[in-house]
Amino acid sequence: MLKPGEYHQRDRDRQPPALTPDYKTSVSRSPQYALISLENTVSEITGPVFGQTDIDPLDKDLLHNYAKPGESAIGERIILHGRVLDENARPVPNTLIEIWQANAGGRYRHRKDTYLAPIDPNFGGCGRTLTDEEGYYHFRTVKPGAYPWRNRVNNWRPAHVHVSIFGSAFCQRLITQCYFEGDPLIPICPIVNTIPDPDAIAQLTAKLDLNATIPLDTIAYRFDIVLRGRRSTLFENRLEGN
Amino acid sequence: MPQELSYLKESASQTAGPYVHIGLAPGAAGFDIYEHELGWDIAGPNAKGERIRIEGAVTDGMGSPIKDVLLEVWQANADGNFAHPEGGGPVEDGFRGWGRVITDFETGEWGFDTIKPGPCPGRNGGVQAPHLSLWLVSRGINIGLNTRMYFDDETDANAKDPVLNLIEWERRRATLIAKRRERDGKIVYRFDIKLQGEGETVFFDI
Repeated sequence: MLKPGEYHQRDRDRQPPALTPDYKTSVSRSPQYALISLENTVSEITGPVFGQTDIDPLDKDLLHNYAKPGESAIGERIILHGRVLDENARPVPNTLIEIWQANAGGRYRHRKDTYLAPIDPNFGGCGRTLTDEEGYYHFRTVKPGAYPWRNRVNNWRPAHVHVSIFGSAFCQRLITQCYFEGDPLIPICPIVNTIPDPDAIAQLTAKLDLNATIPLDTIAYRFDIVLRGRRSTLFENRLEGN
Repeated sequence: MPQELSYLKESASQTAGPYVHIGLAPGAAGFDIYEHELGWDIAGPNAKGERIRIEGAVTDGMGSPIKDVLLEVWQANADGNFAHPEGGGPVEDGFRGWGRVITDFETGEWGFDTIKPGPCPGRNGGVQAPHLSLWLVSRGINIGLNTRMYFDDETDANAKDPVLNLIEWERRRATLIAKRRERDGKIVYRFDIKLQGEGETVFFDI
């Protein structure tokens, strides 16, 4: 009888801990007791399934998905693209990726954002798409601006795009942020530095990808995402397998 | 030096931040962009089972409600099946079992409508009591927090539930059990989540 394989344990040494005092808001929002480790059940190895009927093809074009007809968002035009793989380097197909970001001036279209940089009337700041059969995805957008935030008096966030990914199981659910190579704010950001492992920070830093640019039109950055991997499907008489 | 294993490493999590609504619930951020916002209808019109409402608030270590939290719900249908290829069996047309819940910006209260799930298979031939899986993100939460909600009218099933029984401190099991009441003819369960301090909710590493 086929028995579903389990997901690899999350490597908590590469993930940010709950309590990171330099990011002040975490102090009162971090559980103090240890997490209870749960072996996978059907509740964790399943998760929502999305299809093309859930979204619109224009949703992945942030230059135009909120712009007036004939107009587009202001800023450095970028393609943000990459591949979603699992830890076994297998592509994660047909999975929903949602992104959100500030505009080129560092201002979010959100009722709670009061930063003085102006709203761009042609930029909403969110997009979504499904990966293809090989796990590839792409968005078209503007490069977000850096902006100040209230932590210490003079903290600035590096330019970043928030990225939400589902995978195929609820235990793969992930929200992260995509940074851009060469940004001097990355190494001094208290939110970036919640991540204890420098390699894991580098993994969140998108690389300029000249081969994917559209010459004289749009520059490109490559951002690959890795979700938790899964053991091979097991037979009950061969529990050791992988 | 031994050989290198060739596994990739999971990307690190980062906080969803205060503006998570822009990406996942833009209507709440204050603008209309998508034709369909995802996650508003969990059970759909055809689901069997008891129609229920679940309400609560998430509080921080100082007891203050967190007004910018976003929760996601994942649950089985009344037969204990999940809407997934490995979900155990068929579900009703329109049943997704997944939802997205945001809090009221003024009060921090949240609520959603669904159906009560049935028991579902556990590990090694066991049975899990009816439950919802929940995932919480917000500003100040570096990596999404996983918890479960059980039902206080399932006393026998809860007593045998393998996950609840895994919690060594019996007193803490109560943090995962929602309280049922009737209001204007509707069944409402109350489920408050405490991130820290006295009565801290049990969170899982799944």
